[in-house]
Amino acid sequence: MIEIRDLKKTYHAGDVDVHALRGVNLSVVTGEFVSIVGPSGSGKSTLFNILGGLTPPTSGSVVIDGHDLSAMTDAERTELRKSKVGFVFQKYNLLPTLTAADNIAIARDIAGQRSGKNGTPDAGFEQILDLLGIQSRLSHKPRALSGGEQQRVAIARALVNQPAILLADEPTGNLDTENSAAVLGLLRDLNARLGQTILMITHEPEAAAYGHRIVKMRDGRVVD
Amino acid sequence: MILTLVGVSNGVLGDMAERSRGTGADIFVRPPGSSVLAFSGNMPQGVVGLIRKEPHVALATGVLVQTIGNFDSITGINLDEFNAMSGGLHYLEGGPFSAPGDLIVDDIYAKAHHLKPGDTLDIGLKWRVCGVVESGKLSHLFAPVDYLQDKYSAMDKVSMVYVKLDNRANTDAVIAALTARLEDYKIFSVDQFVSLISVDSVPILKSFTRVVIVLAVIVGFLVVFLSMYTAVLERTREIGILKALGASPGYILAILMRETLVLAVAGAIAGMLMSYGTQWIMKVFVPTMPMLIVYTWWPWAALIALTGSLMGAIYPGLKASHQDAVEALAYD
Repeated sequence: MIEIRDLKKTYHAGDVDVHALRGVNLSVVTGEFVSIVGPSGSGKSTLFNILGGLTPPTSGSVVIDGHDLSAMTDAERTELRKSKVGFVFQKYNLLPTLTAADNIAIARDIAGQRSGKNGTPDAGFEQILDLLGIQSRLSHKPRALSGGEQQRVAIARALVNQPAILLADEPTGNLDTENSAAVLGLLRDLNARLGQTILMITHEPEAAAYGHRIVKMRDGRVVD
Repeated sequence: MILTLVGVSNGVLGDMAERSRGTGADIFVRPPGSSVLAFSGNMPQGVVGLIRKEPHVALATGVLVQTIGNFDSITGINLDEFNAMSGGLHYLEGGPFSAPGDLIVDDIYAKAHHLKPGDTLDIGLKWRVCGVVESGKLSHLFAPVDYLQDKYSAMDKVSMVYVKLDNRANTDAVIAALTARLEDYKIFSVDQFVSLISVDSVPILKSFTRVVIVLAVIVGFLVVFLSMYTAVLERTREIGILKALGASPGYILAILMRETLVLAVAGAIAGMLMSYGTQWIMKVFVPTMPMLIVYTWWPWAALIALTGSLMGAIYPGLKASHQDAVEALAYD
């Protein structure tokens, strides 16, 4: 599903080269729930951005579902984000002027697919909304939702186009313990019931423990 | 801004044309070198006598127009001659001149300045209002022509001669005869004169309208440019979210352009509705400058608003659509 080989990423900050990734190798199989942990500056977020097609690698290869990101143009990476990747962010990143339903519907619209009632595409997705427990909150705007509800809407939005992988960057970073446990439990349920491949970046060991496997990063490399 | 300018231009000129027709004259004679709209030049009053001698001329009367500021003017008339030509002034209050310093005002001017017969009006000279007449004939203010000539040092001078014929069918023949006799004088039939009282025949008004249109486009461009630029900055994170969801630069540009289009259309409609408000304000505070709602200009005004707005939105839109997704998502 995901094959990362000798992945390097160097940022240029003025005259200084910052080596964010120094040769990452990682394989993730379909249906796996992988937690990526590491201290700040270890390269987790850079890996997240490259896997999500938000930024290109400097060298190495990243193959997702048969598509090599390192050979892709900006436009091709944009296409990849539409169909192959779903994002869940620490700050939820819902569009504040849209209702929860419209936040989900706009992801469908961007992917060029029609939305049904409440922005939902089909009966299968209704099950996901039931699982996430946000059916009754879809007509509300983000400011009327709790942090836990906003993150559940963000998860629904990430899954609405049936992506090959779900990338979650500190999904519980802004949540209290109760909501953190609920969101992590949902991610695990989605993985178990739907076989959704999930890569989750986290600082918290308790959160990382929800994954099948924990990958540790330090100084731009996978160390364990 | 554009609709107000066009409305006032058309309203004032239309009113002027209507009042010219209200004189009942068939031919208008202006001094050499004068323009249709500016009563700046005067001619000897003796011209009136020459004109009266022409065949088919039933009546001829000279008037003196004296500007008194604020776009207003007093027209000096021989009341008996003017009545004979125009069919007479219709008095709503008071009556005709009874003393040299008397002034007749029309109902529009009387309402605007709260005047009634017996009141004194100080407009450089002190006048006694003797009558209020129905508007629509020649001027808003009438004074005895000889008194006006005396007070404004224009003895035996007139600004315009109005000519009524025994039969209107003789208009062209009389104009030809007058043109031969009064070389360089401006001689018009009423239809020619009225047709010249238009926005197109006033070069400075056309230029001014063009300047206002250019200003409107620039102002529209700058307002939309600055507001869209600010909006794009404020919504950097939202744009990052859309990019993370797979939105292409074209998709983001289309969203911003659609928003601009909606705002521009709403602004254009608001501008059109506001022109009714301006018309009401003009009617209440400057009734001698009527403003028309010129519907034929609505599509142009809307097009100008849309053009300025879309031009203003292009750069911020392009900037937004090509923002780096990672930097945009990190924006707080």
